[in-house]
Amino acid sequence: MSMLSSYLTLAAVLFCIGLYGVLTKRNAIIVLLSIELMLNAVNLNLIAFSKYGVQPSLAGQIFSLFTISVAAAEAAVGIAVLIVLYRGRASVNVDEFDELRG
Amino acid sequence: MDNTFFAEYAWLVPLFPFIAFAVLTAMGKGLKKTGAWIGTIASFLSLVLSLCIAGERLSGNAPDYGNQMDWITIGKLKLVAGFEVTNLSTLMLVVVTLVAFLVNLYSQGYMKKDERISTFFAYVALFTSSMLGLVLSDNLLTFYIFWELVGVCSFLLVGFWYQKPEAKAAAKKAFIVTRIGDLGLLIGLLLLFWYMPGHALDFTTLHNVYDTQSGAISTGITTLIALLIFVGAVGKSGQFPLHVWLPDAMEGPTPISALIHAATMVAAGVFLVVRTFDIFEASQVAMNTVAIVGAFTAIFAATIGLAQNDIKRILAYSTVSQLGYMMLALGVGSVTGAMFHLFTHAFFKALLFLGAGSVIHSVHTQDIREMGGLGRKMKITAWTFGLGSLALSGIPPFSGFWSKDAILTAALDKQPILFVVAVIAAFFTALYMARLFFLVFAGKPREGQHAKESSSVMTIPLIVLAVLATVSGFVETPFNGWLGHWLFPEGAEHDASGLVMVVSAAVGLLGLYIGWLTFVKGTIRRNAISDRAPGLVTLVARKYYIDELYHVLFVRPLQGLGKVLDLFDDYVIDGVVRLTGHGASALGRLNSRLQGGQVQTYALTALISIVILVVAIAGRRFW
Repeated sequence: MSMLSSYLTLAAVLFCIGLYGVLTKRNAIIVLLSIELMLNAVNLNLIAFSKYGVQPSLAGQIFSLFTISVAAAEAAVGIAVLIVLYRGRASVNVDEFDELRG
Repeated sequence: MDNTFFAEYAWLVPLFPFIAFAVLTAMGKGLKKTGAWIGTIASFLSLVLSLCIAGERLSGNAPDYGNQMDWITIGKLKLVAGFEVTNLSTLMLVVVTLVAFLVNLYSQGYMKKDERISTFFAYVALFTSSMLGLVLSDNLLTFYIFWELVGVCSFLLVGFWYQKPEAKAAAKKAFIVTRIGDLGLLIGLLLLFWYMPGHALDFTTLHNVYDTQSGAISTGITTLIALLIFVGAVGKSGQFPLHVWLPDAMEGPTPISALIHAATMVAAGVFLVVRTFDIFEASQVAMNTVAIVGAFTAIFAATIGLAQNDIKRILAYSTVSQLGYMMLALGVGSVTGAMFHLFTHAFFKALLFLGAGSVIHSVHTQDIREMGGLGRKMKITAWTFGLGSLALSGIPPFSGFWSKDAILTAALDKQPILFVVAVIAAFFTALYMARLFFLVFAGKPREGQHAKESSSVMTIPLIVLAVLATVSGFVETPFNGWLGHWLFPEGAEHDASGLVMVVSAAVGLLGLYIGWLTFVKGTIRRNAISDRAPGLVTLVARKYYIDELYHVLFVRPLQGLGKVLDLFDDYVIDGVVRLTGHGASALGRLNSRLQGGQVQTYALTALISIVILVVAIAGRRFW
């Protein structure tokens, strides 16, 4: 049981670091990277539960594979959007992109 | 021909002026001259129809005609509205339409140069229509509605020249003071409605209840109802202590003073008491109150009239005084006397007001001290005004003599003290009319005054009214009680007293003679009284300080209350309103700051919200 809790603690630490990055960093690339960190924290949880959960099964591991591939696609799209934005504004600072201001 | 042929169409009489009002209001300022004619023609049509009805009723024993329809049905309660044509309402119809028509005609000249002439005629038409509706009403509910409508018209017309602050103040005063009376009337009507068998408010049922089953309503309640109704009449007819609005109402155009504040609307109070007379008769207290208030008003207003200098105000106090006579007549039980005096008074007082208007129109002042010698320049006005003055002073054989005689006879029968009071008031009446007439028309013309006779559109009504003021008294003389029998076939009282005739003629002539000695011959010095008792003259000239008294007693405290309520409104009510508004906009500002377009702020908000949500859910589980 102690194995599960240590995995979960690690995942929580990773998630919080990622969240901190998302909330505080101005550079959009770093924000994207922090999102990857949060995703990986989730993956770690999935795997931890598939191994040490109440009903261990392979489903968790398969899910994490899916997540990794979808995350790769998402990262590609995200980077592409960033490049377009950079072409338009010559900047990747998130706080400058406030066209949706109410 | 059917005996009720015209009576069935009586509802058209108020309708004509109402149509004129609607047309004039809709078309507005486009029609200047035409608008005036629309009003005049409408009132003429009403007059013709009224005369037809009168002719029909005079020609024989035509039955009373009434027509009702259900107006509002609430459960078992049914409110009806309708009109009825009796000899009484026919008399009023003729008086109102005749005076209204003549005033319309006269106003064509008097108001010719006014910018808002079509508005004026629209108001006059609305007034005529409401007054006729009031006369024709067969129940107290519609009566009350029309009663308020004439009040509104009076307000609008007194304040017609609203650029003048005095006119504005007078209009407000007229409205508020009569409102006090109307409140009494309203409470009286509600009580009546509550206590009447079947909640009926129509005059026929009222009559039957008090005539045949006189026990349906207890005496105490009857007295209360009668007094409350009388409060309404006091307000409308300018009786003491609610008389203060009527002299101020003279700020309105003079034809209005003639129509509303002399001939018709102010007589509505008397008419109200006449129509509900059965209630009054059932209560001796109410009758005594009416008689005393009437007599007191008669002498009280007559003395004030002696010391006024504004031609219209003298006439206004005279109106108050004459209405007091009518109330006195009612109080001593002479309905015929009251209606008869109402009838003759309508003619001679309208005549006097229109004559005064003709003078004012010509010399542009209302102060009689600045007039004089107008008799030579304005022959028709002077002659007609003179006839009106004779009628008002009660000189035989003019109409006022006969009607005043009827009242005095009734008063002597019932209560000699009231008779004495009324005789003294009659003396004062003759005196102030002599003063007014001689100061305006006799003597030397003032220098620099370019008086000239008014145009014929204004003098013709004067002549017609002068003829009526002269002859209309013959419908009811001590030798011939025709009017009384026609109006009230069941219980017409008819007394003749040689003593009363002699006394009343004598005091009238004495008043005129003293006036002549003072203001023409100069045998009696004009300031004979003011030298000896200056305090008395000031007291009378200041109208016994009633206005000042009311100002201190009622107006100031009410204004203080108004101020307090205003502060309450400003700080408490408005404070709450402002708090709501400011709270909402502060919330809005907060929200709009959140909508900064910063994606990280959104994420932070989402995070905080989730944390709060989790804490809340977890907290619920544990507590």
